[in-house]
Amino acid sequence: MNHKNELERAFKLGRVSRREFLQRSAALGAVVAAPGTLFSGMAQAAEPKRGGVFRLGMGGGSTTDTLDPGTHTDSVGIHLEHQIRSHLMEISPSGELVGDLVETWETKPGAAEWTLELRKGVEFHNGKTMTSADVIHSIQHHIREGSTSAVAGQMGKIAEMKADGDNTVHMTLSEGNADFSWLLSDYHVSIFPTEGWESGIGTGAFSLVSYEPGVRSETTRNPNYYKEGRPYFDGSTITVISDSAARDNALKTGQVDATNRISQRTAHLLDKTPGVSVHKIVGTKHYTVPMLVSIPPFDNVKVRQALRLAIDREAMLKTVLGGHGDIGNDLPIGRNQEFYNTDLPQRQYDPDQAAFLLKEAGFEGLSVELSAADAAFDGAVDAAVLMAEHAKAAGIAINVVRESNDGYWSNVWQKKPWAMCYWSGRPTQDWMWTIAYESGGAWNDNNWENADFQGLLKAARVEVDPAKRKDMYWEMQRLHWEEGGTVVPLFAADLMGVSDKVALPDVIGVNWELDGHLAAERWSFA
Amino acid sequence: MGLTQLVFRRLAFGVITLLVITILISLALEALPGDFAEQRLGQSATPETIAAIREQLGLNKPVHVRYVQWLGNFLQGDMGVSLSNNRQVSELLASRLGNTLFLAVAAAIVAVPLALILGILAALYRESLVDKMISTITLAAISLPEFFIGYMLVAIFAVYWQIFPAISNISDSMNFGEKVYASLLPIATLTLVIVAHMMRMTRAAIINLMQSPYIEMANLKGLKRYRIIVHHALPNALSPIINVIVLNLAYLVVGVVVVEVVFVFPGLGLLMVDSVTSRDLPIVQACILIFGATYITLNMLADILAIVCNPRMRHPR
Repeated sequence: MNHKNELERAFKLGRVSRREFLQRSAALGAVVAAPGTLFSGMAQAAEPKRGGVFRLGMGGGSTTDTLDPGTHTDSVGIHLEHQIRSHLMEISPSGELVGDLVETWETKPGAAEWTLELRKGVEFHNGKTMTSADVIHSIQHHIREGSTSAVAGQMGKIAEMKADGDNTVHMTLSEGNADFSWLLSDYHVSIFPTEGWESGIGTGAFSLVSYEPGVRSETTRNPNYYKEGRPYFDGSTITVISDSAARDNALKTGQVDATNRISQRTAHLLDKTPGVSVHKIVGTKHYTVPMLVSIPPFDNVKVRQALRLAIDREAMLKTVLGGHGDIGNDLPIGRNQEFYNTDLPQRQYDPDQAAFLLKEAGFEGLSVELSAADAAFDGAVDAAVLMAEHAKAAGIAINVVRESNDGYWSNVWQKKPWAMCYWSGRPTQDWMWTIAYESGGAWNDNNWENADFQGLLKAARVEVDPAKRKDMYWEMQRLHWEEGGTVVPLFAADLMGVSDKVALPDVIGVNWELDGHLAAERWSFA
Repeated sequence: MGLTQLVFRRLAFGVITLLVITILISLALEALPGDFAEQRLGQSATPETIAAIREQLGLNKPVHVRYVQWLGNFLQGDMGVSLSNNRQVSELLASRLGNTLFLAVAAAIVAVPLALILGILAALYRESLVDKMISTITLAAISLPEFFIGYMLVAIFAVYWQIFPAISNISDSMNFGEKVYASLLPIATLTLVIVAHMMRMTRAAIINLMQSPYIEMANLKGLKRYRIIVHHALPNALSPIINVIVLNLAYLVVGVVVVEVVFVFPGLGLLMVDSVTSRDLPIVQACILIFGATYITLNMLADILAIVCNPRMRHPR
């Protein structure tokens, strides 16, 4: 059995040719149970196979989940949303912005007036045709008086929406935004009929059959889906499995076909299991340690620089993420993202330089408190303790304060001077800088009020010339890299486990876990 | 004191106890950091959206006003709606409670007879190899944390041998047989966890009685040891055994959250943990009432059974 497993493994990794595999497995006398699944990798170029029910086991669901698109905060709700409803815009696997329910979009100079041409003849699951009225109603849901939507602020920039016939929507923004079309790909902003979101009716690839929040959902293929040929599965189920060991077991025993959130500590073991492979995706998800720069000693730029230098990112990557991710360069922007400033050197662990800076600033023997709870991210407390150890070499005493997981985002984050945090990241520079770094933003967690930076952020937002935007974003990144108040030590990988029975496309989306949450639509059985 | 009188008195105390519990729960949830609005929105909260949620759900009112409102509705048979998704609490609870009871009853049907038989065998062959093996194995099982037992069973029977499913995600669309099959591993886990306690009590109670003069008499008469234990010792040992059995039954209903998590079993425990995390008070209150009522009823049942099987208590002088 072991020889066979090794052979299968070697084959999967490409160390053994197809011919050699067949010869050697014959020599072993092993009945190769599933050569079809092993050769799946080669059949990917062909048209994906139709049929079968795709069973997902997912962490990140709760009994308190709802179908209200404005309230999603965790994986399962977001994933189901992508199965049953469409969005106006979509981010393709290769990271480009493409139209989903929108066919074409254009803006005038100044980027304040937008015109969206909707795809014609798209039907909701109940047979009703999707029109501009549904689109306006769906967006109104987030910005109406008394909205409880998580994107109330972000979408609130829309000052006016007007329908022009059934298939055209004009939007006027209170301030120009050249990246506005990207905001329409936000997972909250899905389109539901004017009758309301409660029924779960949408225009998505699957229609909802049954849903028990925190337990499971069942969907069936939408035969009228507007994307030709898709989806390939007949249906899809999501089983909520909060325990990571239970998720691994369900995948190993074939009770589910794919899982999200593989534990970093056991990923290598799961990957050794025959019939299962672990896929690693490094996207925009990053861990941050924001300082409130309005509060001493963080108001001193040299103190901020010293603290950034006093952290050994490589060691953190190894210890906190088991190597699954990337080190950060104190920028909330991923290396593969557009306009990433490649001129900035990677900041290294340099306790001597940190001590020198502190001496210059008159903060020798600096002692600061760092608030941490695993609510910020899995392993945040360990990360904080590790930072404290690293900083000792620079003569800095970091006192880690363990905070309660409950209410962390309300009582600790944005309130305590220095705290652990995470961001799932955003696909554009403007979006990311705006939500967490723009002066006066609701989620600004550092209060870094650099006038040049804030001015560039506003200017770049309405600039449509890519060359000029690049210069602006590079300068903003340089400013933040040098003086900003947020430490960005790590970019975390998303790990998913996939059965060999499933055929993955050649390019997998990195904007969200599970192929941009569109696994059920983009994948098929091998 | 007559049996009926006792039942009524215990019921009255039970209701008062439940009332006190609901007050304590309201206060406890209030004392935890973060309210429903903050927990729901997490990192994406803004002051405006938090205010809007509180306004919509009436969370702005002080805790005692909300409690009295909830109690008023509850006494009229309205358990309210979940703060998170507006579903009727009663409807939400129904399927979860059904699942939990299904698991508890199934585990009890296996565990209680098994524990009694093992206890009797251990007493019968006291100090022999059989006795020692039974004690060692059951005590070893109870000493391991239940999630560890669960993982071990999954590793052996689901991953290595692949004869039972690794997760027991039962649903209403399954028939009874499928449900039992899917739940075999959690049933086995719970059985391993509770057998030792009941088995040890059976053994101890019987051995304790074996010293009494009337057993000595039976011995002298030349009765078989098996007959002495089952017919003469066991009936008199039932009171303490029933107490322990009932405590374990209550545990099967209220204490199986860990097993539910390991086996992804959609029971009440998971519902309550989720609801406490999100501060969804109506659901928490309903779960607590069910758990509390279970404990009170089962304890009362234990006392009644103790009286019924003890003639001295049945006919007090």
